[in-house]
Amino acid sequence: MNFKLLRQASQKTFLGAIGAAALSIVAIGTAQADPVTVVSWGGSYGKAQDAALFTDASKNSGIEINRESGASMSKVMLQVESGAVTWDLVVSGSGGCAAAAAKGALEKIDFNVVDVSDFLPNTYTDYCIGSDVFATVFAWNTEKYGEPGTAGAPNSWADFWDVKKFPGTRAIRLNNVDGVLEPAVMAMGVPPEKVYEFLSSEGGIEKAIAKIRELKPHISVYWKSGAMQAQLMKDKEVDMITGWNGRFDNAKKDGATVGYTFNQALRDYDGFGIPKGAPNKDMAMKFLAEVSKPQYQANLPFHITYGPTNKVAYEVTSAPKELLEALPSHPNNVSKMLAVDLKWYANYREKALEMYMELLSE
Amino acid sequence: MTSSPAPHREDALNATKLRVAERRQSLMVLALTLPAIIAVCLVIVIPVGWLFSLSFLDSSGDLSLVNYEKMIAYKSYLRVFKTTFNVSFLTTFLCIVIGYPLAYFLSQIPRKYVGLFMLTVLLPFWTSLLVRTYAWLVMLQRNGLINNFAIDLGIWEVPVKLAHNLNGTLIGMVHIMLPFLVLPLYAAMRRIDRHALQAAANLGATPVQAFWQIFVPLSLPGVVAGSLIVFVLCLGFYVTPAVLGGGKVILVSMQITAILEDQFNWGAASALGVVLLVSTFAVLLLASRFLKLDSVMFGRR
Repeated sequence: MNFKLLRQASQKTFLGAIGAAALSIVAIGTAQADPVTVVSWGGSYGKAQDAALFTDASKNSGIEINRESGASMSKVMLQVESGAVTWDLVVSGSGGCAAAAAKGALEKIDFNVVDVSDFLPNTYTDYCIGSDVFATVFAWNTEKYGEPGTAGAPNSWADFWDVKKFPGTRAIRLNNVDGVLEPAVMAMGVPPEKVYEFLSSEGGIEKAIAKIRELKPHISVYWKSGAMQAQLMKDKEVDMITGWNGRFDNAKKDGATVGYTFNQALRDYDGFGIPKGAPNKDMAMKFLAEVSKPQYQANLPFHITYGPTNKVAYEVTSAPKELLEALPSHPNNVSKMLAVDLKWYANYREKALEMYMELLSE
Repeated sequence: MTSSPAPHREDALNATKLRVAERRQSLMVLALTLPAIIAVCLVIVIPVGWLFSLSFLDSSGDLSLVNYEKMIAYKSYLRVFKTTFNVSFLTTFLCIVIGYPLAYFLSQIPRKYVGLFMLTVLLPFWTSLLVRTYAWLVMLQRNGLINNFAIDLGIWEVPVKLAHNLNGTLIGMVHIMLPFLVLPLYAAMRRIDRHALQAAANLGATPVQAFWQIFVPLSLPGVVAGSLIVFVLCLGFYVTPAVLGGGKVILVSMQITAILEDQFNWGAASALGVVLLVSTFAVLLLASRFLKLDSVMFGRR
């Protein structure tokens, strides 16, 4: 053995090791920023987003994420107000997102980073980027009232209110007025396109509240979350319920005898917002740009029946025709629905919520 | 008086020494309690004070009574307080009805068996509140264990509404509150001198008379202590009524959450908290007027 050679070799490895260590320190300093905290909801919705959007987008973009549950725009507003923002990207309904933006709790979206040129109309604002199109529908126990579309099955909000024709228990939303009054107005026979006109007119909200009061004796539970909607139908705790279409499809996949119709449903979208002063604002914006790309959105329908907001996703998706036809954003379904009017909510939400809370405590 | 001056002086010396010792002792006690006092100030007094001040601010941060005016203007607030007190009274009452015989039984059996039977009270007490509450939901709901069982056995034909209403709320709350009544009551019953009952028997009282005229009055301090704890805890209860009430039994704590989560109104929520706190104190004050709280809660005679 040549000792000189050995010593040289060991010197080389020693230097190499130092070099590698130095390089890795540099690497830690630059590339490995804090993970982006992405907050969504529990139950099948969050799981669907993980499977379709977050995991792959994180892998492909190299942006590390830290996934949390329990998203709520009130918590965002609380974080912003107290100056202790820990969330970077937060899921919200369009209404909650708009309300938070109005209170100045969200960062403005940088449209140079996030590309919305292929988005469906009205699925993004300056502060919120839509992630999926969903519908507030009414669902029922198919053992009791029949499969959707068959003769005698419920088909309109008037049927939801008709406890003579469809005797049984009902469930509606607790403590939140989003998507609560429109059904009552349609149940009174007002056509979908006139609903917000009716609700904006003098005494409109009062009449809608009175219509809900009429149904109150038959409401056996008030739901608080999408997970609870699914659970109530799986347990057959109620016979007819309002809720979000994707939750019912997933409950059905789990064996629940539940069906729904898009007829007179409320079309709405969920989206992402970035809290004002988010610790990893720039990375969050990049991650938002990544998950908004069609190749991820195209996978969403496989996990929950919510439609992509990016039009290109419908072209690149491998989802079969039947699945696409079951999405709330499919043209056949869109024509049956009423689009949620965020302007009405901006003007009347506070008043409507207070009146609804009064009704709940009666 | 004929006592000599010398011992008198000694007395005086003793008295000063005693006084010094006493003062030192009380200073030491104060020093020892200081950490606890500071902790209470930091964790309770300051946050509650902050809460108080929030309730007097309007949405733009100016001093105003708008949050309290709202509570008068909207009927829902009064209704929620009524429900809270109703539910708390009912829960306390049911706890006494169920807990008194249980505590009596525990106090009468030989001490070596008490541990075993006490487990029936303590085991649920040590189980997570959420687990117990959701377990009740599984039992009580429309297609829950109880309804299915009873329908299979032919006891009733259509499902009885046990959950998502007042029934469910009360069942869950009574179950969770029971140990808070039974434990102080059991302690009070154990303290009752058995000789008093024997003396009553000796004087010709039947066991029933001895029970009602001797045992029950002597156990009352325990009942009062236990039911006060239960009642006050019920006033701020959240989880169980939120899950088992199905949105139909709205208590103050739930209203506070709703206002915070869906309306993001800290002022209104704080005002509700303040009124709840004040009414809790009012109840305690009222109770102390009639029931000599000191002797009940602190064993002072």
